[in-house]
Formats: sequence, structure tokens, C-alpha cells
Amino acid sequence: MTELKTLVSGAKQAPGYGLQKPSAKEESQQRTSWYLVSPLVMVLGFFLVLPIITIVIVSFWDYNDYNFFPAFVFENYAYLLTSKVTLATYLKTFKFMVLVWIFCATIGFTIAYFLAFHVRTLPMQITLFLICTVPFWTSNIIRMISWIPFLGRNGLANSALISTGVIDQPLDWLLFSDFAVVLAFVHLYCLFMVVPVFNTMMRIDKSLIEAARDAGASNLQILTNVIIPLTKPGIMIGSIFVVTLVMGDFITVRFMSGGQSASVGRVISNEIALLQYPAAAASAVVLLITVLIMIAIMMRFVDIRKEL
Amino acid sequence: MEPRSRSFYVLAVFFGLFILFLYGPIVTIGVLSFQGPQGGLTFPMNGVSVHWFYDLFEQQAVGDIWASLRRSFALGLMVMVVTVVISVMGGLAFRNKFRGSTVLFYLVIISLTIPSILISLGVGLIFNVLDLEVHWTTSGFGSQLTWTLPFGLLIMFAVFNRFDKSYEEAARDLGATSWQTIRHVVLPIIAPSLVGVALFGFTLSYDEFARTLLTSGSFNTLPLEIFGMTTNVTSPVLYALGTLTTVFSFLIIGTFLLLAVLLRRRQAGAGNDAGKGMV
Repeated sequence: MTELKTLVSGAKQAPGYGLQKPSAKEESQQRTSWYLVSPLVMVLGFFLVLPIITIVIVSFWDYNDYNFFPAFVFENYAYLLTSKVTLATYLKTFKFMVLVWIFCATIGFTIAYFLAFHVRTLPMQITLFLICTVPFWTSNIIRMISWIPFLGRNGLANSALISTGVIDQPLDWLLFSDFAVVLAFVHLYCLFMVVPVFNTMMRIDKSLIEAARDAGASNLQILTNVIIPLTKPGIMIGSIFVVTLVMGDFITVRFMSGGQSASVGRVISNEIALLQYPAAAASAVVLLITVLIMIAIMMRFVDIRKEL
Repeated sequence: MEPRSRSFYVLAVFFGLFILFLYGPIVTIGVLSFQGPQGGLTFPMNGVSVHWFYDLFEQQAVGDIWASLRRSFALGLMVMVVTVVISVMGGLAFRNKFRGSTVLFYLVIISLTIPSILISLGVGLIFNVLDLEVHWTTSGFGSQLTWTLPFGLLIMFAVFNRFDKSYEEAARDLGATSWQTIRHVVLPIIAPSLVGVALFGFTLSYDEFARTLLTSGSFNTLPLEIFGMTTNVTSPVLYALGTLTTVFSFLIIGTFLLLAVLLRRRQAGAGNDAGKGMV
């Protein structure tokens, strides 16, 4: 097998390779690739690109109480970009995002580190990893609802705190508060950090760690000088997920804050509910630009295809 | 083996707490769904009964749960099949650079990271402007694909990154056509990973909420039905439904994982070296 591999790679490195003009074979390979991706292109074209274009167009349309119609007005943007509410909503959403990111990164890194470097056998690693990922494949809404008996006024947390004498009165801010929103976000999206970080860690060459140890590094030094730098791409991919999921969310914020907290996504969903589609479209365009800028920045630090 | 360090035990406790954090709440509503007929949304348990499950089967006032479950199941299967097929095709294509591959790759990333409500709004608007009726089998179906396809493709990229190409070269040297190579060499080697893609396709569709919100039309899928219930149902019947769908999800996940294990075992069997095709 190894001989075959060297043979194949040897053939590829033959002199002059890569300098030739695209041969007939490469042309036909290109054509095959296009056929293969054509269904993907059609789905993304109709359900991703076209919707974005439509949203951009409609964001310049006008509307009244019961209808929206073609026009070319800037009012939707003018209102959006000068309103104090917009700024406050964005600040609030950024606050959620930063808090959730900090918790997810810390927890996700620790869990992945434990699985990758402290659990010794591969079957055990896979088993524990799967236990961590199963909730990912269940319903987010149910997972949100499941916090009610825990955090409610008469919930488990309050009863436990009262019976141990920590507090006399039940805490009101556990459920339907910003605290609950952040808690639910971390609960829902932590896995998006665990999975890529674990994936990156498993690909770290263990001999690098041996080398560091032989050179006299302490465990902490190995962690900060070897593991963390090599895990950065995984952390970046996890961050892309967490950041975009929190920025675009409207349901977790609405449900866990009991309708009291605002977020950019909720503003859009409220405008949709009021049938103010052009206003919703303008908000959506601004949100999309914000999210894309953030992804573009994060993508500079990682080559996703190489990391998979 | 060297003895466990102290940090192992600290981290093991942390891991245990994390598992409790992940599963604790869902176990709680599992227990509370067996609340007695007079019981409320929180502890203490007011007797133990299957009253709320019974209610779920009887009471139609909360909406037609069973019809929405059937719809979600059918939609999940549709999305699953299409996701697997398109992801495998895309994965095969992306192994070579082709004109437009970079742009397409970024589109996939955008599809994954775009706030879901934008897809919902955009697709809803297109159907509105074109005067078409939104329906879960058309607009809902397509909107969900924008969420499941990126996952399927990223898994396929990961699979082909680890794929040992010499098996393919060998098949070609023996005179196999491209299709024969794919059918008899590539597909058997990647089969267990396809179960993973299918699992993502089905479950992400089955649980999808935001992208179906404005695109499923007048017939609700199950997550939409459940969300509707959260605003007007304040009895443990909500927990009963939550428990039931979670058990259903666990069954599905279990089936897929078992299938993956069986496929891998078959690969490891005598006279079959498909399992060695990944590096």
C-alpha cells in the first residue's frame, strides 16, 4: 500500500507537472464537477441568493397598515439608522453575544481538553463525545421549555436555595430574565464549540506534547504554549457558530426573557408579525451586513476546509 | 500506565457537571410529565399518572399534534434523502478545484451562518411577490435545505480529507469507469459517514423552527406546533409532548448510530477492506 502511495505521489511530482495548459482530461473533470454541484447551485440559488436579493429590493419598498408595494424610498433605512432603539438593541444583542461566547469558549475548551487529553482510550473518547453531542440532535424549543421547572419562582433552584437557607425569598430573576437568556444560549450552543475544538485537538500530534514535556515544560506551559495555539482554528470555527447563532436569534430571547428583552432578531420578527415587510427587510439587511463582517473577520484566522 | 493526575479528577468532575447541565433539565420535564392530574408546571409532584400523555392523545384543542408530527416526519425524510444525495455529489465535486468553487464554498458558509429569520423572510417574500402559496413541501422544504446542506457538505469535506485516494487509483488502473469506481469503491468506503450526514439531515429538519416559520404555510410542522403551545398551554401536557418528542428523537439518533456501527462492523468483516480506505 505504501509503495503504491509513493508511486502515485511520485508521479504527481514529475517535472513539468502543473505547468501545462489545461488538458482535455482536466476540461472534462471541470465539466463533471459542474454537473455534480448543479443541484447544490440550484438549491442555494433559489433559497439563499434569491431571498437575499429579494430582501434587499423590498427594503426600499414602501408600506402602509395593510399592504406593501414597490417603490424606491430610503425611509426604512433612515428610520432604522437614526432610531435610538436600533442602537440599544444592537448593544443588547452584542452583550448577549459576548457573554455567551465567553461561557461557551471556556466550557467548550475545557470539555474538549478533558476528552482529548485526559480520556485515554479512543472508544471511551467517542462514547463520551457522543453523549455530549446527542442533545444537539434534539429540539431546541423543548430544551428551552425544560428550564421552566428548574428556574421558575417555585422551581428546583429556588426551592434548593431556600431549603439550604441561602435566601429567604424566591429569586425572581432566574426565569424570564437576561440571566435565563444567557443560560439557555449557553445550554443550546455550547456543543457548537465543543465539537470543532475537540476535532482540532484530536488532530494535534501527541509527540509535540511529549517533546514539550521532555524539554521540561510544566503541564500549564504545555497548555498555554502548545495546546491553545494549536487549537485556535477549532476555537475560531466554534466562535463563528456561536456568534452567528446568537446574533440572528429571536426565539430564545423572546421565550427565555418572557418577552421583556429585545434583540435584533426579535425586532425583525416583530416587524414581520406587524406585516411591515419593508421595515423588516431593511433591518434584515443591516443585520446580514453586521454578521457577514464578523464572519469575514473570523474567517481570516482560519482555513475552514483545511481544518475539517 | 502512569497514575491519573489531580487535574484529571478536577476535569472529570467538571465534565460530570456539564453532562448534568446538558441532560438535567430534559430529565426534569421527563419526570414532571408524569405529574398527577392536579399537578402543575413545577415540583412537587402531585401524585403520579399518565394523565397528561392521555390528554395528548385525546384533547384536540391544543391543535392537531399528530398531523404535525406526520408532516415533520415526512419532511425530515425528504430533507434527509436530498441532503445525502446533494452532499455526496458536492463532496465529490469539491475534491478538485473547478471554476467557481471558491465562490460556491463561500455561499455554503453564508448559508450556514446567515440568521435563519432572513431565509424565512426572504423565501416568504418571494412566494408572496410571485403570488405562490407557501407550503411545507415546497418553500419549507427548500428553506430547510439551506440549513442541512452546509452540514452535510462540511461532513463530506471532512470525509474526503481523510480519504485514501490510492484505492480509487487502483480501481482506475484495473479499468473501472468513473461510475464503477464511485459505485464499487468510493461509496462502500464512505458509507458509515453517509449515515452521519443522514442523521444531521433528518434531525436538523425535524427540529427546525426559524427557517420554517414563514415558509410552511397553513399546516404547521411539529416545532411550530410546540412553539404555539408555549404561548397558550400552561399545563404539564406541554411536558408530555416534550418528553414524547425527545424520546422519539433519541430513538432516531439511536437507530442511526446503530446503523453506523453495523456498517463499520461489516466493513471490518472478512474479505472486506472498505474500512481501510480512510486515512
